[in-house]
Parts: sequence; C-alpha cells; structure tokens
Amino acid sequence: MTVGLEHYLVVSALLFALGLIGVIVRRNLLIIYMSLELMLNAANLALVAFSRFTNNLDGQVFVFFTITVAAAEVAVGLALIVALYRKRQTTHVEDLTTMKL
Amino acid sequence: MQDALFYIFAFLTLVFGFLVIANPFSRNPVTSAMFLVLAIVALAGLFVLLHAFFLAAVQVLVYAGAVMVLFLFVIMLLDLKAEERRKIKVLGIVGGLVSVGAILAIFLSSLLNAPLGAAESPVLDGSTDRLGKLLFTEYLLPFEIVSVLLLVAMVGVVLLSKKDLK
Repeated sequence: MTVGLEHYLVVSALLFALGLIGVIVRRNLLIIYMSLELMLNAANLALVAFSRFTNNLDGQVFVFFTITVAAAEVAVGLALIVALYRKRQTTHVEDLTTMKL
Repeated sequence: MQDALFYIFAFLTLVFGFLVIANPFSRNPVTSAMFLVLAIVALAGLFVLLHAFFLAAVQVLVYAGAVMVLFLFVIMLLDLKAEERRKIKVLGIVGGLVSVGAILAIFLSSLLNAPLGAAESPVLDGSTDRLGKLLFTEYLLPFEIVSVLLLVAMVGVVLLSKKDLK
C-alpha cells in the first residue's frame, strides 16, 4: 500500500495528541511550551500534506506564516517566563495559583 | 523507497515527540529540548518527502536553530533543579490520557471516514521560487503584516526583559 494523505494525517494527529498530553500532564512551564511547539508542528505537517495531495501551494504559504508566528510567540512567551521567574522563583504551574479562587 | 523513508521518519518523529513529554530517564528540561530538536529534524525529513523543500530548510533553520537556542538560553538562565524532585500526580495522568484519547479517537474516526478521494499523482513541489512568487504577489499583505508582528514581538520582549517591570 502506497503512502497517501491518510498516513500523513494519522502521524499529524498522533503528534498533536502527544503535544496535548504534554500540556495536560506536565507541570513545568518550559515543558508545556515545548509541547505547544509539538502541536504547532503537527498542524504544520497536516497543512503541508494537504498542500501536496491537492496540488495547491497555499497550504505551504500558510505553514510559512505559522512558523513565523510561532517564533514570535516563543520569544514573547519565554520573556514572560523569565519575568515570572524573577518575581516568583518558580516555573512550576502549581506554584502559580494566585488567581485561583 | 519513499514509503520506507516515510515510515522511518514518522516513527522517529513520534518517538522523539514522546521523549519530549515523557522521558523515562531524566526529567531535566534540557533533554526535552534536545529531543524536541531531533523531532523537528525528523519532521523536516517528512517535509522533504512531501516535496516541501523550502519549508524543510526553514524548519531546520528557524525551529531547530533559532527557537531551540532561545529555549536552551532560558533553561540555563533559570535554576531548574527543583523540577526533578517533583512528583507527577496520578489523577492528572489518568485524566489527561483519557481526555486526549477521546480527542484522538474523534480525530482518527473522522479522518478514516472522510472522503479524501483517490490520491491523484501529485505534481506540485514547494520549491523556493514558486513559493516566493506566491508570497510576494498573492500573499503580499499578510507577509507585510507578519513583519509588523515580528517588530511588535521584539518590542514586547525588550520591554518584558527590563529589570524593573512595572
């Protein structure tokens, strides 16, 4: 059986699920951030696969924009984490419950 | 040959992705970051198999290069010794696995029932010149907006990194 669109989409779904598990289960802000990157990459893979198998380059342009936005998001997010660490000396989400009722 | 390469790269991507979130040997974020680099490189291999050559190069340059260096810098700035002593709650693992399993089941069932159609022979490839032409004609406005977004992000990061954050 030759590899088709479905194969790539299954890989993408599995990678997305892995990232989501990381976001839910892990309690370290940095690991949660890396899991977010995994999820973004899974979405990118799905877009590139669709672009390839529908003969349409628009999906790849979209992935290009996604990568750019992800880079900006990582820069801002890591700056936020550093600022938070300066104030609270932790990157553990269970120590950051100030807004909890 | 291509099919074998697909299975190899897909397997590597998923294994490295798993090691990012749950490394049985070490809870250190640095190892997670290193496995994320490997997962991204394996994903770039999948992009090459999909003939998205430009995106594969960008993936390695931007993600494995720039973004991960940023991650490692921040990890080394922070003192993360305490993380390795933390216990992960069993309830969290069970709840997380159940909810993610449900979402994955929805994904896969909708995917396998979708009329994806017979895969016609793909002729397109994402070479740099075709992507560049598209980027500077049809997608010129989003391209410029993204440049503004990067500027905004840069200003925001400089502001956030100031010593006395008000």
